[in-house]
Amino acid sequence: MEFERPDFSLAAAEIFVAVMALVVMVAGTFLRRISRELGYALAQITVIGAAFITVFSVNEPTVRYTFGTMYVSDWLGQVLKLFIYLSVFASLLYGRLYLIERRLEKAEYYVLVLLSMLGAMILVSANNLLVLYLGLEMMTLALYALVAFDRDNGLRSEAAIKYFVLGAISSGLLLYGMSMVYGATGSLDLGTVAQAVYLGAGDETVLKFGVAFLVAGIAFKFGVVPFHMWVPDVYHGAPTPVTLLIASAPKLAGFALALRLLVGGFFGLAPTWQPMLMLLAVASIVLGNLAAIAQNNIKRMLAYSGISHMGFVLLGLLAGVTDGSHQLAFNAYSSALFYAVSYAIMSLASFGMVLLLARTGFEAEHIDDFKGLNRRSPWFAAMMLFVMFSMAGIPFFLGFFAKFAVLEAVVAAGHTWLAVLAVIMSVIGAYYYLRVVKVMYFDEPSERTALVASSETRVLLSANALTLAVAGLMPQGLMSICAYAILTSF
Amino acid sequence: MAGIPLLSLAIWIPILGGLLVLAVGGNDRNAPLARVTSLFAAALGFAVTLPLWFQFDPSTSALQFVEIRDWIPRYAVRYHLGVDGISMPFVLLNSFVTLIVVIAGWEVIQERVAQYMAAFLIMSGIINGIFSAMDAVLFYVFFEASLIPLYLIIGIWGGPNRVYAAIKFFLYTLAGSLLMLVALLYLFYASNGSFEILDWHRLPLDLRTQQLLFLAFLVAFAVKVPMWPVHTWLPDAHVEAPTGGSVVLAAIALKLGAYGFLRFSLPIAPDASMSFQWLMVTLSLIAVVYIGFVALVQEDMKKLVAYSSIAHMGFVTLGFFVFNRLGVEGAIVQMVSHGFVSGAMFLCIGVLYDRMHSRRIADYGGVVNVMPKFAAFFLLFAMANSGLPATSGFVGEFMVALAAVKTNFWIGFVAATTLILGAAYSLWMYKRVVFGPVANERVAALTDIGAREFWMLALLAFFVLLLGVYPAPLLDVMHASVDELLRHVAAGKLH
Repeated sequence: MEFERPDFSLAAAEIFVAVMALVVMVAGTFLRRISRELGYALAQITVIGAAFITVFSVNEPTVRYTFGTMYVSDWLGQVLKLFIYLSVFASLLYGRLYLIERRLEKAEYYVLVLLSMLGAMILVSANNLLVLYLGLEMMTLALYALVAFDRDNGLRSEAAIKYFVLGAISSGLLLYGMSMVYGATGSLDLGTVAQAVYLGAGDETVLKFGVAFLVAGIAFKFGVVPFHMWVPDVYHGAPTPVTLLIASAPKLAGFALALRLLVGGFFGLAPTWQPMLMLLAVASIVLGNLAAIAQNNIKRMLAYSGISHMGFVLLGLLAGVTDGSHQLAFNAYSSALFYAVSYAIMSLASFGMVLLLARTGFEAEHIDDFKGLNRRSPWFAAMMLFVMFSMAGIPFFLGFFAKFAVLEAVVAAGHTWLAVLAVIMSVIGAYYYLRVVKVMYFDEPSERTALVASSETRVLLSANALTLAVAGLMPQGLMSICAYAILTSF
Repeated sequence: MAGIPLLSLAIWIPILGGLLVLAVGGNDRNAPLARVTSLFAAALGFAVTLPLWFQFDPSTSALQFVEIRDWIPRYAVRYHLGVDGISMPFVLLNSFVTLIVVIAGWEVIQERVAQYMAAFLIMSGIINGIFSAMDAVLFYVFFEASLIPLYLIIGIWGGPNRVYAAIKFFLYTLAGSLLMLVALLYLFYASNGSFEILDWHRLPLDLRTQQLLFLAFLVAFAVKVPMWPVHTWLPDAHVEAPTGGSVVLAAIALKLGAYGFLRFSLPIAPDASMSFQWLMVTLSLIAVVYIGFVALVQEDMKKLVAYSSIAHMGFVTLGFFVFNRLGVEGAIVQMVSHGFVSGAMFLCIGVLYDRMHSRRIADYGGVVNVMPKFAAFFLLFAMANSGLPATSGFVGEFMVALAAVKTNFWIGFVAATTLILGAAYSLWMYKRVVFGPVANERVAALTDIGAREFWMLALLAFFVLLLGVYPAPLLDVMHASVDELLRHVAAGKLH
């Protein structure tokens, strides 16, 4: 067997992040006095540096492999990574004050954030079942620790245990599915697997069982019904900056996981996994929207709303292949990617607002804590209004076009009834978003303290929410990026 | 003036004006500046729509003042604006009403003035967008976006039960319009990737598809009109909304649904429209008669006018679905007239409410003794609301009733009862509120309308009379477009 030197340059961003995570850890140990500021600064520098590396490594839209074929560099990966950097950057910035006020800001926090980002990056670029699994575990293990970061708080620890136990089960399911796939096709490489599936090699029953386990694992990571039990508890229990992180970057990584596995590896078995996704999507959209109505805690409400949004992403994924025709696949997958990215942006802004209202000894977790925000700060009330209407899918906001794209794909695939169901549930979903707008605008404030936030947070959060309006007026740019990413990567 | 994008200006001047108002009047200390800025923006917004009327070529049914730009090439969505004889009058009506609403809220609104004015200005731009959009997605986007400002207007400045009314209004209309979205996506798919409304007019569709599409559109537009039995949000919304909100709701927002029938349902699904004629005529007649009776027993003035709006809009849908020129044109005249008359009615009630903070008919009596000028205006509008000849209310109702008789005598007969019912509820309310001895000390303490209110009502009275005496210019504008529409519907799509 001959060894060739792998092309490290394709994985330069990952290597940079890994090195920097270690630097932050060492610096945190030896430079205790300035470790906090240093940790924060280094983490942000790492994220920005990684973004630069990723941007400059995109030259031509070709799919390139390294480390054998274990690792792939393509547009899909770059686009998702850029949005992952954005999510991590925003979550660090929005969450800083929260952490300082609660004495949680330690260098280890930043190490764990960077490691989970690294895991997400690896996951996004993996082209091999084991590498995929490696990235996934790296990301989630760091997140378990982050959820428990405020270790003296019972709620946090409970959430962490729940997250860990259920996460471990889902990883087990995923591994089991992978082992079946390996057994049936004799390979861990996604390209080889795809070829074997396409040619009909390997035992079909085993493959189908394998796919079922993979879908279950993916569903766990997505947090879609019936594998959603951990979502509200973890969102609620985790410190809000961590919730913010969990609600954005891992969703994008999870999307990559689904796309790489199901589309990259098992496109030939689409008729098998599409109905499974349909079940998951319908259940998520229905249950997510209904359960969100009953919530008084805004983090739980956003958790359930997230479940329904993930259902919409799945709707895009399941609309790819109809009657053996692949014509619509490109359209459907790019709409799902567009939805996932849009959701990440909306999610960042929504939890950013929760963080903006929180201060020492006060979590701003209840919907009633937004009461009369229009009196306290008309500007940020308007920003939250943008986020809520965007999530409800009202034009001119980004969320509308995300729904529009997915529904278009679903109708084109001939599942008109699915689209009708989705829009009916959207109307029900609109209620709880309207409720937030209602308390902000129609109710009198229960307190009149001014908002405490750093100017960077104010600027970035405003930019984040305004993006929803601007991208809603001109959605073409983001749509093309997503379409191009899918087009060049499969 | 080919080079000037008039329709874009009509849309974006109010919207940008609204943002400007928010910027200059962020806190209530700057309220006077916010008011002046909004008046200026509303006046400018109205001024740019005037050339639409004067430069309009009534001899053609083709779209005029067309603007086409790519918007979302990925889905072939274009920023395509244009008006024909049917939509053009509404752009003017809307811009005019916005001006009136800004004047009406001048002194009455003391809290969050900038937000109030901005909401109406933004709303006005969005509604101009609805009437001039010729791309289905553009239409839909404006159609739904119009919910946001009205939701806030009702919820922030409304009456005691405003939250319930605002949420009910929003969810009702959203439920309707989202089903329409599925229909639009289906048509996009069926037409091989076009969102052009005009392409869809020519798209051949079988009867069953047409019927499903018709029903999907019906849900959206019936809620907006509103038609019986999905009208229940309207009285709540009207009662709780501030005066300006009620005016915009009655004068403009209700026209959106009716306009939708003319732009989507009839031309895209002509055969289904024919086959559902019985349904539409029945629903319209129920609205006219049953809701007329409901209006009669109301104790709240705003609710009474709200129900009378539903009855009047029943006349509009009836006019559409008799499928002849007299009926459709009568219905459109009725829409324009109702815009003036119902707007004026709500303003009159607003004038009383600002002074007494009550909308209950029983709290009033003998107002004429203390507010003679106001009583004169109110009388004129109440008469117009009941369809008295020489007011605008008569023209439309008469045309529609005549057209209905031509189709079927009994339909016309039932429809014509509105002339009795309308007179009964409008004039009976008028009698109880305005005539008789002064009911109590609070009425005795009322002051008559000031110059601002006088001119606001006088302007509306002028149009009500003008349209009543000489409706020909409005009819001339729409002849070509209505004829083309009816020819298209009569031809059908099934061959």
